[in-house]
Amino acid sequence: MTDTAHSSPLLVADSLSLTRGGRELFRDLSFEINAGQLVQLEGSNGAGKTSLIRILVGLSRYGFDGTVTRPAPILYLGHLPGVKAMLSPRENLAWHASGEGTYSDTAIEQALQQVGLYGYEDVPSHALSAGQHRRVNLARLYLSSCPLWVLDEPFAAIDKSGVSALEAQLLQHVSCGGAVVMTSHQALQVDYTLEKLRLDGGIVS
Amino acid sequence: MSAPGSLQFCRRLLRRQLTLAVRRPVEIGNPLLFFTMVVALFPLGLGPAPDKLADFAPGILWIIALLSNLLTSDAVFRSDFEDGSLEQLLLSPQPLYLTVLAYIGAHWLITGLLLALICPVFALMLNLPASAIATLALSLLLGTALLSLLGCIGAALTVGLKRGGMLISLLILPLYMPVLIFGSAAVKGAVVGSPAGPYLAIIGAMVCLAIALAPLAIAAGLRISVDA
Amino acid sequence: MRRAYYLVPPLPNCIIAPDMWSFFHKLGSPPWLYSISGAILRWLLPITLVALAIGLVWGVLFTAPDFRQGNSYRIIYIHVPSSVVALAGYYVMALAGAVSLIWKMKMADVAMQACAPIGAALTFLALITGSIWGKPTWGTWWVWDARVTSMLILLFLYLGVIALYEAYDNKVAAGKACAVLSLVGMVNIPIIYKSVDWWYSLHQPASIKFTGESTIDTSMLYPLFLMIAAFYALFTCCMLMNMRVEILRRESSTGWVKRLLFRQEHD
Repeated sequence: MTDTAHSSPLLVADSLSLTRGGRELFRDLSFEINAGQLVQLEGSNGAGKTSLIRILVGLSRYGFDGTVTRPAPILYLGHLPGVKAMLSPRENLAWHASGEGTYSDTAIEQALQQVGLYGYEDVPSHALSAGQHRRVNLARLYLSSCPLWVLDEPFAAIDKSGVSALEAQLLQHVSCGGAVVMTSHQALQVDYTLEKLRLDGGIVS
Repeated sequence: MSAPGSLQFCRRLLRRQLTLAVRRPVEIGNPLLFFTMVVALFPLGLGPAPDKLADFAPGILWIIALLSNLLTSDAVFRSDFEDGSLEQLLLSPQPLYLTVLAYIGAHWLITGLLLALICPVFALMLNLPASAIATLALSLLLGTALLSLLGCIGAALTVGLKRGGMLISLLILPLYMPVLIFGSAAVKGAVVGSPAGPYLAIIGAMVCLAIALAPLAIAAGLRISVDA
Repeated sequence: MRRAYYLVPPLPNCIIAPDMWSFFHKLGSPPWLYSISGAILRWLLPITLVALAIGLVWGVLFTAPDFRQGNSYRIIYIHVPSSVVALAGYYVMALAGAVSLIWKMKMADVAMQACAPIGAALTFLALITGSIWGKPTWGTWWVWDARVTSMLILLFLYLGVIALYEAYDNKVAAGKACAVLSLVGMVNIPIIYKSVDWWYSLHQPASIKFTGESTIDTSMLYPLFLMIAAFYALFTCCMLMNMRVEILRRESSTGWVKRLLFRQEHD
């Protein structure tokens, strides 16, 4: 981490406050995400994790105070898989609405193989299970070149082998100078400094 | 890997939307079927006298085109909203103005263009003089582009709502009225033999204005709907 | 953060004088707006009511009857002001919506929401009075005349904004969505009005002759001007009162509202 400490941050949140339905979810939350950081967002159900994630990536634009600066492109994976049932996994990735890259066929095949969908490239997605839909979505992690990943519950509906493959990919990303902000109800099994982002305090190691 | 250019991305989205539509042919067929059925309602309601039907045909055909466009525009962004693609679209580094135009273009190709192509059949069924049929097709071709642009504004504003279907007609129908006025006037003009060019020019001007401004409103509406 | 909906970039500081900025900031503060609107209403409301009373009595009792329409024309003292202000109200609403979108000013949202029901009511009043006026003049309650049709479409536009606001559960998003819709409506109103005008000139039936310009006597005009001014003031009063209610509702959990209610209970 020390070698990247001098580079500019990938994301800066400045005194974010959010009140919903008369209840204060967080107040004056300020932090920076730098290259090499693996940050897990802590909080119970309804604590405002997803709200914070949506503010960070820029989907929520009203109803909160504070500013978020995003100098780096962000890859965001939310609760919804963003997978079209009438398109094959290959088409889903090649024509993805996020429009961040043009991928070759082999790149897409490799990514799908990484998430365990080898042989499913050209099957219509409506024939796949919910877990496989999520895997199609996770294949974007193997294609994207965005330095910052913001992941909302990436482990949901993923089986054990998938979880460990995903953990390995997260590790690979942060050790190559990327950064990850994520929420998860599972404890992460990675050999890396895992930092916690608390809604009432900011980032703690 | 490199980010695609804006136009390339628009083409890709257009292709995606058209592929999705072609894989669900019912969605393409439904508005046309709707059009056919409503055309069949008018002789039942007005009586089968051919000259009377011919008199009302321009208005009837235009009103049905308006309604079938309205009914389909509700679905333009809905499936993308429900499966999360819309979130990704809003976060994409591509200019939303152009990507929105790709959605509208796909909608127009699927509904408006097809309608303009098959309308001569319905025109003959309603006894519209043959001399006016070309004008009808041309006015529908231009006018439905405007209807798609306006309809998508309503779709963007109501996509996050559970029951958007009825609401969208309340929001959008008043905006459709100028198109109806000039579209049916063009056809009526052609029936009596006056030139339809000026009417089509006015519709074309409105299309230009809508292409310039409607994507801004749609983009804003989509952001608000995803935020809510 | 990209803001695709920006029609106008935020004004740089140098264009608006610094004290103007502080005025804007105050406008954005609910307690300040609540107290200043209270102060304005205290003198504007009585003036409005007096002006309305004078205008009505003057117009209905002290003007000469029209040589063609007799006394029935006197309904213009309600009809004309309400239609003028109804149309202007839509523009006020749309401009407030633009301010709320561009400068993210919450109180502009409140102002926009306050306009919609008043505008709809005035449009409805204009339509009703128009149809009552139409019975003795044209012999029928409803005529698809250009102005009547335009007013009807204006009513639809207002109802659309109200319906959209009610459909959203999240009222902040509802305000933004309505702002976009009212801006779309504002761009469309001139187009709709011109198209309807043109449509009517194309279809004008021979039985109704309205083209012969009936010159109105100046003695009839003065009370009309007074009534138009009074309706503008009435619109402002109603808007401010609506806004005050909405401010209290939105801020009901804050300290200043609680202190205000406490003070009023103990006065």
